[in-house]
Amino acid sequence: MSEIIRVRGLKKTYHVGDVDIHALRGVDLEVEAGAFLSIIGPSGSGKSTLFNVLGALTPPTEGEVWIDGTNLHDLTESQRTELRQHKIGFVFQKYNLLPTLNARDNIEMARFLGGSRRPLDNFNTMFDLLGISKRLNHKPRALSGGEQQRVAIARALVNQPAIILADEPTGNLDTENSTAVLGLLRDLNRNHRQTILMITHNPEAAAYADRTLSMRDGRILG
Amino acid sequence: MLNKLVLENLKYRWVRTFLSALVVGVQVMMILTLIGLSRGLLQESAKRAKAIGADIFLRKDTNAISFSQGQIPAGFIPLVQKQPHISAVLGMYSVSVQPLISMNGIDYDELKKFNGGLQFLKGGPFKTPDDIIVDDYYARQYHLTIGDTVTFVNHKWHVCGIVNNGQLGHLIVPIRTLQSLTGSLEPPRFTQVAVKVTNPAETNQVVGELNTVLKGNLIAMSAEALESQYSVNNIPALRIFIDVITGLSVFVGFLIVFLSMYTAVVERTREIGILKALGAKPIRILDLLVREAILLALAGWIFGILLSFAAKALIVGLVPASLPVVTTPDWWPKAAAIAIIGALLGAIYPGLKAARQDAIEALAYE
Repeated sequence: MSEIIRVRGLKKTYHVGDVDIHALRGVDLEVEAGAFLSIIGPSGSGKSTLFNVLGALTPPTEGEVWIDGTNLHDLTESQRTELRQHKIGFVFQKYNLLPTLNARDNIEMARFLGGSRRPLDNFNTMFDLLGISKRLNHKPRALSGGEQQRVAIARALVNQPAIILADEPTGNLDTENSTAVLGLLRDLNRNHRQTILMITHNPEAAAYADRTLSMRDGRILG
Repeated sequence: MLNKLVLENLKYRWVRTFLSALVVGVQVMMILTLIGLSRGLLQESAKRAKAIGADIFLRKDTNAISFSQGQIPAGFIPLVQKQPHISAVLGMYSVSVQPLISMNGIDYDELKKFNGGLQFLKGGPFKTPDDIIVDDYYARQYHLTIGDTVTFVNHKWHVCGIVNNGQLGHLIVPIRTLQSLTGSLEPPRFTQVAVKVTNPAETNQVVGELNTVLKGNLIAMSAEALESQYSVNNIPALRIFIDVITGLSVFVGFLIVFLSMYTAVVERTREIGILKALGAKPIRILDLLVREAILLALAGWIFGILLSFAAKALIVGLVPASLPVVTTPDWWPKAAAIAIIGALLGAIYPGLKAARQDAIEALAYE
């Protein structure tokens, strides 16, 4: 299996006033295509920073980060944006749906920004799988947390990204919805070989992945 | 898709959208009403000058809008009457009695010879030196009817007739009474002299001849030339006033849209973060805000046109004599441009702020 994420000596330092905060202190990581990896760690361990760097939302300070063959270190902001459009699908803890658009348009917006013109009807099977077919015309405020997260997963998948990055995807959900969402992610990985990297602080959620890594103080412990 | 998001965003915060568009609309309405009033005043003056039926006007000043009383000595009238190709000469005397309203003195018998007289809706010509003829606009505005008494120039006048608007003026009185009341009777002086020529086709030639005879003491102008002067562009002060109001409208439009868009950008920080995470480039975010601003401006423009009709109806209903106002569709595109320029200026800073927003910080925004 080929590596879809390769990280070597990744460091990320934030400058807050006169203080340097070393959020990542030398991370090495390889993720095979089709893997489901979870990264677990307490608050402040650096897992969200790792999520942001891998998601091309912020550039690394030092080290190499390869996403599907592209080295993030060499990319301009515009190129990182293009990488997000085509290679990365995000699932956030707070769903992050656009409140003014209904579920269908939220998904459509991701396709529009990704430059895809394929009709959304081609995704009906996926919508059935996610259980949102009958909820597509509803705005986020009319959807339950579980439904919103499933719409967010559909939005993440709709441009057929190389990697799904999920940041605490069940953090705002009750047990039943958490189980459903994690089950969906596992099915996507198993049935469609979708590469998923999930950040969580919940060991039960992490257990759905094939492999779990721990982070502490800006480093991966193994 | 972007247009849909813009529309949904505007619908979602509909109260702010409505109020912002309304304020832009008020600016547009102000411009259109101001232009409509300026044109209305000028068109009414031109209409009245035309209604006299003169081919040539003699004035002290070439500026159509300048009326200063008692400038033309009566001695010029026989001099003009003696010239060839002249069929009739009528001296007129005007006094401003209210803002934008003049009292016009005429010799009704001379006027009758000149253009056949006035067209009356009620009553008839002067019977006594204290009679006054008013037009239907003035009668409606001040609820006047035949037999009523009005006071102007410290003198009581009795309404003897009501005429259609557009004939000489809103208030018409015997010229000698008005000259006497204002100290212009001995010797008689006029503000304007109307001239009829025997052959209207020779008007320009007669204008030339009169100007030679008058040697610059008076200016002879054809009625056509005078009518063309009743234009906003020929009145520098009015032009400047309109430009100032237009500039203020752009500024107010800018402030309103700036405030609206700035609030929207702050409110939507998280949404901007979402769009950025999904792959929206800064130019796309700016584009979104600019489209929203343009839509606000266009909605304001439509409001403004509708409000200008409402303002016109209100003015015509309440003060038809004081403020003649016309609809100015040729200014609608200019008003749209003014609204859009104001809105675009207002959208620039909030748009750039949004475009430069850091995606991670924006996503963390509560």
